[in-house]
Amino acid sequence: MTAMMFKAPSHGLARRAFATAPVLARWAVLAGLVALWELATWRAENPFFPRPTAIAEAIKEQWLSGPPSRLFLTEAVREDVLPSLVRLLGGWAIAGVLGVSLGLAIGRSAWLEDFLAPVLHFLRAVPPPALLPVFIVLIGLGSSMQLAVIIFGVIWPILLNAVDGARSVPATQVDTARVFRVSRLRWLFGVVLPSASPKIFAGLRISLSLSLILMVISEQVGSSNGLGSSLVDAQRNFSLRSMWAVIVLLGVLGYLLNSGLLAIERRALRWHLGSSGQLADTT
Amino acid sequence: MAVSSVSSAVVRGAIGVAAFLVAGEVIGRIGIVARTYLPPTSDVLGALWQMLSAEGFGTDVLVTAANWMLGLATAVAIGVPLGLLLGSVPRLNEVSRLVVEFLRPIPSVALIPLMVLVLGTGTEMRVFVMVFAAVWPILFNTIYGLMEVDPLAKETARSYGSGRLAVALRVSLPSAAPFVLTGIRLAATTALILEVTAEYFGGAGRGIGTVISVASFGSGQKDVVLAGALAAGVLGLLANLALEYTGRHTLVWAHQPGGAR
Repeated sequence: MTAMMFKAPSHGLARRAFATAPVLARWAVLAGLVALWELATWRAENPFFPRPTAIAEAIKEQWLSGPPSRLFLTEAVREDVLPSLVRLLGGWAIAGVLGVSLGLAIGRSAWLEDFLAPVLHFLRAVPPPALLPVFIVLIGLGSSMQLAVIIFGVIWPILLNAVDGARSVPATQVDTARVFRVSRLRWLFGVVLPSASPKIFAGLRISLSLSLILMVISEQVGSSNGLGSSLVDAQRNFSLRSMWAVIVLLGVLGYLLNSGLLAIERRALRWHLGSSGQLADTT
Repeated sequence: MAVSSVSSAVVRGAIGVAAFLVAGEVIGRIGIVARTYLPPTSDVLGALWQMLSAEGFGTDVLVTAANWMLGLATAVAIGVPLGLLLGSVPRLNEVSRLVVEFLRPIPSVALIPLMVLVLGTGTEMRVFVMVFAAVWPILFNTIYGLMEVDPLAKETARSYGSGRLAVALRVSLPSAAPFVLTGIRLAATTALILEVTAEYFGGAGRGIGTVISVASFGSGQKDVVLAGALAAGVLGLLANLALEYTGRHTLVWAHQPGGAR
């Protein structure tokens, strides 16, 4: 984070604040809020809102009390967390490959885009949960249904951003490539893909958070394992501690996934940061 | 020239939509998948027509739309002021960042079971779930928009004696408005998804999601499920168009919309 900020003198005030404010302060604020939360829940004694320390204990009991030989992970990790992670990352990756390749093709052809734009925008607007029952009867319950729901739900931001990125290849680059008669492969990977990549990464980031959402939804109805299904189990047993434990774990998971993708993006787009100073908009 | 290219784009778009509908019809009829699983377009449109003319469905759409508006409005009422605050006090933004980064990725749908227990299945639960998901795009786009404000304009206003708040409201907000609107547009889609999902999982009450959930029990009513999805999609599309139109016609001073889509 700090390294990129130094390169970008454009927004003087905001950037300087980023660079100087110590990382420590962020953690202090987080810790302070958790302490407040502890205090408030301790005072309120509401059964729906267990204390954060109790939630932490539940997390430890459920997932982190295994033997040291397995990094303290319990058997439940393999039941709850692993299948969810595989589905999430698998669906997201497949949607990424499909979305980028279709998006680049559509974005480089104004003709194709005219034909498809209304349908694509409609498909994006359909709430994926509304299609859950359709996917269930088409594919049946199980991992492939969940994968299909995730792919269908998260492909649109990637695809539409890839269309946008591919459309906006600078004219000089198009002309230069044409003059030098570069091969189709080099044209695609050397010119179109790089200039669309900031937009594509923005789409990938939106889709990653969406994948987490759809993973939970699809597991809530059609799964016997995964975090979504343990959430439903917890609800059935009125086990509020486990419910909160899953919610907190999802937050941590989302944070880690997001930070991981951001780190990859910064490495991949270093050339881009150098010229324009910042990443494409996060949403 | 410009007009003819726009109208040919519309014609091509219409052809694309028609091809999509025909493909749905053909796939539904040739029997790759059983007709009860994936009904052809005509069945779905027929079911949609029946639903629209049936008595209750209008109420369901209205309930969904009203809750959705309420959720979106609440998210705007929280997101924009908070974004203004964080965007104009960079230190606060920096320090609160980690908290936001932990809260934001928590999928709102994971809160539905808890919130059903705490708030019940009614409007309160739905609005809470929508706001929790929809506030982020508004917040981030507002902050981002404020970072893009021309420093010269701010300094000018300040040197003419405007206070901090006046600068924020008169200079920063109008200049960030296109970004804010992009955020609201993204939030609208998210909120609709959450409203329908909350209805679907909440079970009780009315709304498009409840219709889908009821129709998906048993086996026979896949056309109703698809028609419900279609109705929700049309609702989302209309809102998106309305917000885009609003942006183009009210924010004339900033003719290029910012932010990712």
